[in-house]
Amino acid sequence: MCLAIPMKLVKKDGWQGEVELRGVRRTVSLMLLEEAEVGDHLLIHAGYAIGKVDEEEARLTVEGLERLAGAMDGEAP
Amino acid sequence: MEETLLYDRRTVEALRAAIAREVDRLGRPLQIMEVCGTHTHAIAEAGLREALKPGVRLISGPGCPVCVTPVSYLDRAEALARNHGALLCTFGDLFRVPSSTGSLERLRAEGADVRILYSPRDALAVARDNTSRPVVFLAVGFETTAPTVAAALLEAESLGLGNFYLLPGHKTVPQALRLLAADPALRLDGFLLPGHVSVVTGAGAFAFLGREFGLPSAVVGFTPADILRGVLEIARQRAEGRAETANLYGRVVTEEGNPRARALMERLFRPCDAEWRGLGVIPGSGLGLAEEAAPHDASLLPAEVPPPREPRGCRCGEVLKGAVEPPQCPLFGKPCTPDLPVGACMVSSEGTCAAWYRHERWRLEGFP
Repeated sequence: MCLAIPMKLVKKDGWQGEVELRGVRRTVSLMLLEEAEVGDHLLIHAGYAIGKVDEEEARLTVEGLERLAGAMDGEAP
Repeated sequence: MEETLLYDRRTVEALRAAIAREVDRLGRPLQIMEVCGTHTHAIAEAGLREALKPGVRLISGPGCPVCVTPVSYLDRAEALARNHGALLCTFGDLFRVPSSTGSLERLRAEGADVRILYSPRDALAVARDNTSRPVVFLAVGFETTAPTVAAALLEAESLGLGNFYLLPGHKTVPQALRLLAADPALRLDGFLLPGHVSVVTGAGAFAFLGREFGLPSAVVGFTPADILRGVLEIARQRAEGRAETANLYGRVVTEEGNPRARALMERLFRPCDAEWRGLGVIPGSGLGLAEEAAPHDASLLPAEVPPPREPRGCRCGEVLKGAVEPPQCPLFGKPCTPDLPVGACMVSSEGTCAAWYRHERWRLEGFP
């Protein structure tokens, strides 16, 4: 029930925003995230943007996993 | 972002090996509870519960808001429709959950107006188009959902929608964890914390687990790698004798959460004691409406509510606190299935019983 989907903000008009994911567009409320700007990836839950996706943190997570998987490959069988 | 890596088999194997090393270092198996329906589902789907045995036992806790909603809540909603001709608006998850005498689904079949909505905001349009009768939004969900309902309520105020009501049923996760952390029978080693609840509350809201109970915890996302990183973190902390709240979902979760969402909740809701199915009444774990919002409080409308009755034989309550696993319930699979559910945990796709039935049953019974 707490499912939330990251979508990109493509239009902003006051508290109203238009978000997009793979060609699907939706109107959402930005009432809980006034600072959102066009181009941001937002976390959408029940018609509201509740948070922002931090691209830098996302990159670091992936890098960490790459290192881990690489270390595993390097291990002796 | 390279999302495929979060599902990648190599990554998952590397994490699994690292977890096994930490369990060896600790010298005993670990018990870790997840308290988020989406985690429960992801764990079942990826087969992580089996994959981590015997070093780590993953236990599902009360992470599905619909499942922990007591039967008396649904009974009151039905009474509002019967006594006041109220039009009920609900998230789809609640629609088929059994009440004492039926369900919202059956209520609608009997002629009541019950609408399934995606957003609480959609209920505003319903209220605007039906000014002659009360329109009641069934406000269930954890901290992820509560601020969206608060925002809709604020908008209803500004639109002057006097017929818009909420039936308050929101619950807050930290208070439930406090109860579970203190339960000596569960013997937990740590918690996987709900990622999207934490978007609102912030990871900091769970720091008390380490401070007061000496338990490690980790905020994690929803891919197999995310979840295994959390397990690894808890195992490592246990092995090193630490007890902190690690935020491993930094791509969307911050320490302080969403301050605007929290402020709106604090303005329109007030903490109250709340009943959780299976866990009983937990002090301060519910969100009632603040005085300012009283004119929209459907729980203040008089209603003839029958005494609550749980389905006979159903062990949902024990499943929700991790005391038993779904197959230990005599109704599991026969007659209780996702198609004809008896208990709440089988209704919601995020319920522990539904997750077991859909994914983990095969590993127990063998493939047909």
